[in-house]
Amino acid sequence: MIPSISEILFGFTGRKTRLFFQNLHDASKLINDTFFWTFIAPFKGAKLRVKTTVSEMVKTGYNSIPIVSVIAFFIGIILAFQAAYQLKKVGALIYVADLVGVSLTRELAPILTAIIVAGRSGSAFAAEIGSMKAAEEVDALVTMGINPVKFLVVPKLVAMMVMLPAITILADLIGILGGFLISVTELGIHPYNYFNQTIHALAMKDIITGLVKALAFSIAITIVGAYQGFKVQGGAEEVGRRTTASVVVSIFLVIVFDLFFTALFYFFT
Amino acid sequence: METAETAIDIKGLVTHYGDVEILKNISIPIPKAKTTVILGGSGCGKSTLLKHLIGLLKPTRGSIIVNKKNITSISEDELNEVRKKMGVLFQGAALLNSMTLSDNVLLPLREHTDLNESTIKIMMRMKLELVGLSGYENYYPSQLSGGMKKRAGIARAMALDPEFLFFDEPSAGLDPVTAAGIDELILKLKKAFRMTIVVVTHELPSVFTIADHVVMLDFGEVIFSGNLDELKASDNKRVKMFLERKPQEEAYSPEDYFRIIAGE
Repeated sequence: MIPSISEILFGFTGRKTRLFFQNLHDASKLINDTFFWTFIAPFKGAKLRVKTTVSEMVKTGYNSIPIVSVIAFFIGIILAFQAAYQLKKVGALIYVADLVGVSLTRELAPILTAIIVAGRSGSAFAAEIGSMKAAEEVDALVTMGINPVKFLVVPKLVAMMVMLPAITILADLIGILGGFLISVTELGIHPYNYFNQTIHALAMKDIITGLVKALAFSIAITIVGAYQGFKVQGGAEEVGRRTTASVVVSIFLVIVFDLFFTALFYFFT
Repeated sequence: METAETAIDIKGLVTHYGDVEILKNISIPIPKAKTTVILGGSGCGKSTLLKHLIGLLKPTRGSIIVNKKNITSISEDELNEVRKKMGVLFQGAALLNSMTLSDNVLLPLREHTDLNESTIKIMMRMKLELVGLSGYENYYPSQLSGGMKKRAGIARAMALDPEFLFFDEPSAGLDPVTAAGIDELILKLKKAFRMTIVVVTHELPSVFTIADHVVMLDFGEVIFSGNLDELKASDNKRVKMFLERKPQEEAYSPEDYFRIIAGE
């Protein structure tokens, strides 16, 4: 019997809705498990894998220092030029320092660092967990009575929560240095004036709002990477697909969180 | 042997993947301290059955009683307690590739015991010695051959001296000589430790070497359960076909085939 159009339509809608709620359930279970094993279980005597956490810190944080530094340096230069282009018209060239300092610490350093780390480490998490899932290694952990979230995700999350804010601070500094170098050479601003202007422009809250964002981004990137990894069912092909998805979704979420926090800080600080 | 104690009691197990019924009302006892082989063709549901026995999948209906506990309905914490009594060798050995062999074998010991490092290292060396891999402690899984990986997988499964040992296709992907070596090892383990061993396979030579008890599945149903002599004497058509390696009969006539390829 050929199904009627309404049957096809309802069937399609129903299957998609069920899939959506299944995914939502899986994601919330992962978030729940991750937070439990990271923030609650250690106080109940569960051991943190210190050695693995440190090696994750090296992989996600230390190893991304070169690329983050170069990009932050260039962004600082670009910001200085763009600011000068506008400010020159009104003869307020000294405000280049304010613009570079504030927009880097509040916005650009956290988001650029998060996007680089999402591309480097978020995808690596998805690929690592995904290929472990495909090779039954995750099943092996479960049958040994070892919770895969505790074993695989917690060290990554702790490493990210420490390292992403840390390299964000580094990006702040190097970006400001980039702006500084252009300002004193090309724009003819006196180094001391530039330095003073930056110190005056930056309030502690600018740096802290940037770090709060970095912390939120670190959680989003880790959980998206882990979620996509655990979702792998088949073999190598799906690992690739899920890895790509993890980068796209985590960059999207980074921007959504950025919007949320920027609006929050705009209205409440 | 029919009077042997039951180690795992499977009752009325039904399971689905989506809408497809994979296991259709399976009820079998698995005898204690014997080697039970679950035999069957590809896609008959034998690996699915194994995944239920080790608690990786939950059935639609039915129960699996291990140590008086129904593992299909207990909490994850209780299930983890039962799992400490189980060792599993997966088809691809499933060693953690980021760790050395010694760390792989040490993993369950570190997670589940409070013994000091030197004691668990001795235990680890004993297990590697048992499977003939002494001296390979610092090798990574990727540096080992298929047979060695499986042996290392057995060493890890044995780490906590389990009561139950499960093997998923232990000879898959191995040459006959290496596969025979794994069979020898299974026999040795049974003799030395009197464990309850469950092996899922479709390799007939290993069935006749290691099995005390055979369960044969076909399209999700148990078509035979008994010892080796009974298996050979069975007059079930499907069992005979499997033992004599006869291909499946053509399921459709040439006319039907024509209709299928014409897409009607």
